[in-house]
Amino acid sequence: MTAPADVTQAIATKFPNATARLSSDHPAFNVPMSEVLLVLKSLRDEQGYDFLMDITGIDWGVDATPRFTTVWHLHSSSHHGYVRIAANCESDTAPSAPTACGLWAGANWHERETWDLLGITFTGHPDLRRILMWDGYPYHPLRKDFPLAGIETELPDEEVAEETKAKVIAAPMVGGPFVASAGEMNLTEAEPRAKDESWNERSEKPE
Amino acid sequence: MATQFTFPDNAAKAAAAEQEFQTEKMSLSMGPSHPSTHGVLRLQMELDGEVLTKCDPVLGYLHRGDEKIAENMTYNQFVPYTDRLDYLAPLANNVAYAIAVERLANLEVPPRCQAIRVIVSELARISSHLMGLGAYGIDVGAWTVFLYSFTEREKLYRLFEELTGARFTTSYTRIGGLTRDVPEGWTQKVDAFCDQFLPILEEILALLTRNKIFLDRTVDVGVISKEDAIAYGLTGPNLRGSGVALDLRKDRPYSGYENYEFDVAVGTKGDCYDRYLVRGEEMRQSVRIVKQAIKNFPGGAWYATDAVRIVQPRKDKILTSMEELINNFMLVTEGPLIPSGEVYFEAENPKGILGFYIVSKGGGVPWRMKIRSPSFCNLSILPKLCTGSMVSDVVSILGSLDFVMGECDR
Repeated sequence: MTAPADVTQAIATKFPNATARLSSDHPAFNVPMSEVLLVLKSLRDEQGYDFLMDITGIDWGVDATPRFTTVWHLHSSSHHGYVRIAANCESDTAPSAPTACGLWAGANWHERETWDLLGITFTGHPDLRRILMWDGYPYHPLRKDFPLAGIETELPDEEVAEETKAKVIAAPMVGGPFVASAGEMNLTEAEPRAKDESWNERSEKPE
Repeated sequence: MATQFTFPDNAAKAAAAEQEFQTEKMSLSMGPSHPSTHGVLRLQMELDGEVLTKCDPVLGYLHRGDEKIAENMTYNQFVPYTDRLDYLAPLANNVAYAIAVERLANLEVPPRCQAIRVIVSELARISSHLMGLGAYGIDVGAWTVFLYSFTEREKLYRLFEELTGARFTTSYTRIGGLTRDVPEGWTQKVDAFCDQFLPILEEILALLTRNKIFLDRTVDVGVISKEDAIAYGLTGPNLRGSGVALDLRKDRPYSGYENYEFDVAVGTKGDCYDRYLVRGEEMRQSVRIVKQAIKNFPGGAWYATDAVRIVQPRKDKILTSMEELINNFMLVTEGPLIPSGEVYFEAENPKGILGFYIVSKGGGVPWRMKIRSPSFCNLSILPKLCTGSMVSDVVSILGSLDFVMGECDR
């Protein structure tokens, strides 16, 4: 089996479009989205990276282009190496990536989670449903433009809502969640405080 | 290119059942708070008589959004949230998270800190497996095991309380160290616990290992092949039960695990019984590791001393030096100073491999934090595993996977 150190060279010779990705620990590569499946397959079959540890995405911010990056974490059960593959999504409004379900059965749930929380669709996925949020939920909560305090939404089941006239009401957080903001700002503003102060115990949350 | 992963036996069984009785299919919801689901998990099942023809796990009842919260607070503020991931082994989560951020900051902690982290991780493993074993006993109808294992777990929680000040939500680690050193005489108490625990563990395991009812409920039930275990990304005892000797403590050691002698427990068949045996053996090995760590317990500092703007200054220094006071103030308000970059750290937790993928743009708050939770991956094999099995076997299979919804759901 190829030693983990050779991975960089193996990828460089086989996939000239792949570039090294800035990483503080293990080897990582940026590849074009169209080549991702080939890279993953070659890593699995030729380099011994048989374990798909995780699939996830990164939202680089509302104004960033490319806005979304999809990341695959691979691990080897034979030589215990680790490698990370990242690919930028072409579209900023409707990001998509190819599914890895044909390579690893475990990719199914990871892709459903990434779709659910970040809104990256996986083309060719056999059953792309929401997994943590309920069916029909309109938002993708891990996107950077989704507020920490949440967005009020109607009850998922239309029948129930008709019957009970009830809505899901956000739990009272009394101005919370209390978090610090870091970065280039003055210290008084950066101190841990309520992030959304537009509502509290006394004044109701604005609609 | 697509590879098909099938359980020939189960599929054949389901097909045979359909052939034999032309019955009407029935759908049944098990959970969200069924006693055997170990948390809020709902199984949407389709039944043909007593045989499952379809199984669709429904998660997402906890709705906590740990990753979103992590991206909005400083690194140290997130430590208490890691307690709530696998709430049966909070200390192990604390350690995994701290090491992940330290890797990002390129920070090395002294040997004493590493040894304490190994001890608490292994004690957390014992306490988690005790809980798993006891609850599994109840699932398949053995009450005594639960009472015995809870008594032992209680002793461990007393030790945790003495060390961290809390029984469950320990929040023991900080970036670059720990909240406090071990108290006077604590290691001797842990040593004494280990000595009295081993014979009791044998007694607990003896209640199950040759028990006719237990064997009937677990042997050849929920068999996971090696290939399937890898394809679904199973980790921890669930993977090792299927005969794959993957243990990060041995394969990619962290926190000084390379200095300890221990064996990796591996099963052969991959059925529920094998997973139970692996957990039993892992507890024996954990005791071995803890005893070694206590025997060679290193002295010196228990936090990284050279990490300015990452580790909190000592109290006496804050009170006497203006520089340190400013340091402390900046640390509390802006968070530790972590360079930009990205890191993925995996730790071998009781339930499997817990991974933290952190993307930093610099400063005290992570830009993106993804938690790779073992329970989530371990559960994803459930539809495959349950199809074709009996309803009563589902209970046995669920218990043997030993998942925690807090981690699965995030």
